[in-house]
Amino acid sequence: MVKLTTTNTEPKAHSHGLGQIPVSKLDTHGSHDVNDFPVPNGREEEWRFTPMRRLKKLHDWKGEADGTDETVVDAPEGVTVEQVGRDDERLGTAGLPVDRVIAQAYSAFEQATVVTVPRSLVADKAITIDRKGLGGTAFEQLVIDVQPMAEATVIITNTGTGVRAGNLDVHVGEGAKLNLVSLQEWDEDAVEVSQHNARVAKDASFKSVIITLGGDLVRLSPRVSYTGRGGNAELYGLYFAGDKQHHEHRSLIDHNLSHTRSRVDYKGALNGSGAHTVWIGDVIIGEGTEGTDSYEHNRNLQLSDDTRVDSVPNLEIFTGEVQGAGHASASGRLDDIHLFYLRSRGIPEEEARRLIIRGYFLDIVNRIDDEDLRERVMEKVEQKLAAHE
Amino acid sequence: MTKFEIRGLRADVLIGEDERREILKGVDLTINSGETHAIMGPNGSGKSTLAYAIAGHPRYEITEGEVLLDGENVLDMEVDERARAGVFLAMQYPVEVPGVSMSNFLRSSVTSVRGEAPKLRQFSKELQGAMKNLSIDSSFAARGVNEGFSGGEKKRHEILQLELLKPKVAILDETDSGLDVDALKVVSEGINRAHTASDLGVMLITHYTRILNYVKPDFVHVFAEGRIAESGGPELAQVLESEGYERFVKAGA
Repeated sequence: MVKLTTTNTEPKAHSHGLGQIPVSKLDTHGSHDVNDFPVPNGREEEWRFTPMRRLKKLHDWKGEADGTDETVVDAPEGVTVEQVGRDDERLGTAGLPVDRVIAQAYSAFEQATVVTVPRSLVADKAITIDRKGLGGTAFEQLVIDVQPMAEATVIITNTGTGVRAGNLDVHVGEGAKLNLVSLQEWDEDAVEVSQHNARVAKDASFKSVIITLGGDLVRLSPRVSYTGRGGNAELYGLYFAGDKQHHEHRSLIDHNLSHTRSRVDYKGALNGSGAHTVWIGDVIIGEGTEGTDSYEHNRNLQLSDDTRVDSVPNLEIFTGEVQGAGHASASGRLDDIHLFYLRSRGIPEEEARRLIIRGYFLDIVNRIDDEDLRERVMEKVEQKLAAHE
Repeated sequence: MTKFEIRGLRADVLIGEDERREILKGVDLTINSGETHAIMGPNGSGKSTLAYAIAGHPRYEITEGEVLLDGENVLDMEVDERARAGVFLAMQYPVEVPGVSMSNFLRSSVTSVRGEAPKLRQFSKELQGAMKNLSIDSSFAARGVNEGFSGGEKKRHEILQLELLKPKVAILDETDSGLDVDALKVVSEGINRAHTASDLGVMLITHYTRILNYVKPDFVHVFAEGRIAESGGPELAQVLESEGYERFVKAGA
């Protein structure tokens, strides 16, 4: 097992002799071993928004992992893609699993995929990982290692069905740059619980765009920490929950070092009975750090009745030397004055709604560099919008 | 020949869930095509309510009366149907719609009102010409609808829409407010172009006589306390200019 330390998330000895206390309330534990986590009952802070009954027993797993995927990986020249076993020492080095399902996935996976972008390679096209779930339950580990001074774009698309849990470990080396897109376009009965752990090195830049449109229950936890000054992480998200869909995104940025920057911007829409979205945005600005620049933002549009939005920004600051830190969250209905303005110019209501929703998501979608993918996302958004007209 | 008739119109502003207040208290006005009617009146007299109520703004509810466009009751139509039938409202405070580009919005709007999509090249030429006439920089086409526009830029874009949509009747709600002299001239020329091009009927709502130097009214109406208090020719504007609205406002109101 690899030992991980980050300044803010590891328990420390309390100076008054009261024993071990965590520095941050936002991130109290982590382990690779499923047995370190009790079986959750749904009332725990990290599970209270998640419909446990729809987890397909992932939180109290006893059976065999019987799931299969059809995965097509396309990587440009110079990039290596390897299948490795449990003992590969590159696994599990970007962050500890922070809940039982993720630890379960780490405890049970048999094979992992490691994608390496070697030092100084500037990949001329995107690395694409198209995963189609063929059913069953599967535990997965994927490592993306972008070595110093290298630059790459990775586009992961998830389709098909099944129950999936796992880790995506991302290393962005010194001066390196990674644009990661993860599209969740699962069938309506699929379940995914994943943690993305990114370690961002000195002067490295990490951009993550998570687009969640499908699935019955999708719970993603993107987490970032830094290994050097000048690290920059931008996390963008777009989700659109339809009938009975549960989309949950829980980000944590650990500004454990000085002079690091982060931006978190997630936008969601809900359309359909029982649609539920959750956004938890945690930011820790660590003890003794200075020059942190951080901002997080979440917006939600409730397009129909009987939807539920939970939006919880958390900011914990343990230093007085912050360059910028803030958050904003707003949820509401489509602005009827926007609608009125477009309709007063003759545009029928349905089309006016379509234009407004496209406009609402535009800044997030524009974070995706690939034009075909942008259009694919917008089309799917329009389909989901039309589902209840 | 188009006839736009407002008959006995009463309307409430919806303030809260259970709160409303009557603003329009029986408005009668007929505008024939080619005619320009100036509606003048003090703040709070209900001029903007009249404009918004006719267009179908969600914060206003018409309680009585009718608005007829060539005999068809506009009030039975949806908001977008009213626009397609030929009623246009240039708003005092045009709405910002983030992320929707001006060019997309204008193309959708023109397509809806004309009933068919204009040829892309033709439309882009038409748009560029219309923008140039109003001294609007071509870069605005790529920006979000009214997003971050100054007051004057918003007003120019309202008139741009007027020129592109070619309605039968246009209600211009304080299009002159917040404009400097140059912008006022440019905007007025736009109104006059639209007026000549399609024999437009115009309801020009304003506080001030300044715009009437550029857009010549055939009739001037004084609006006070939710109805038209007095009507006359262009000379009435001059009287108002020198005497103000005082005699139309109840003492202490």
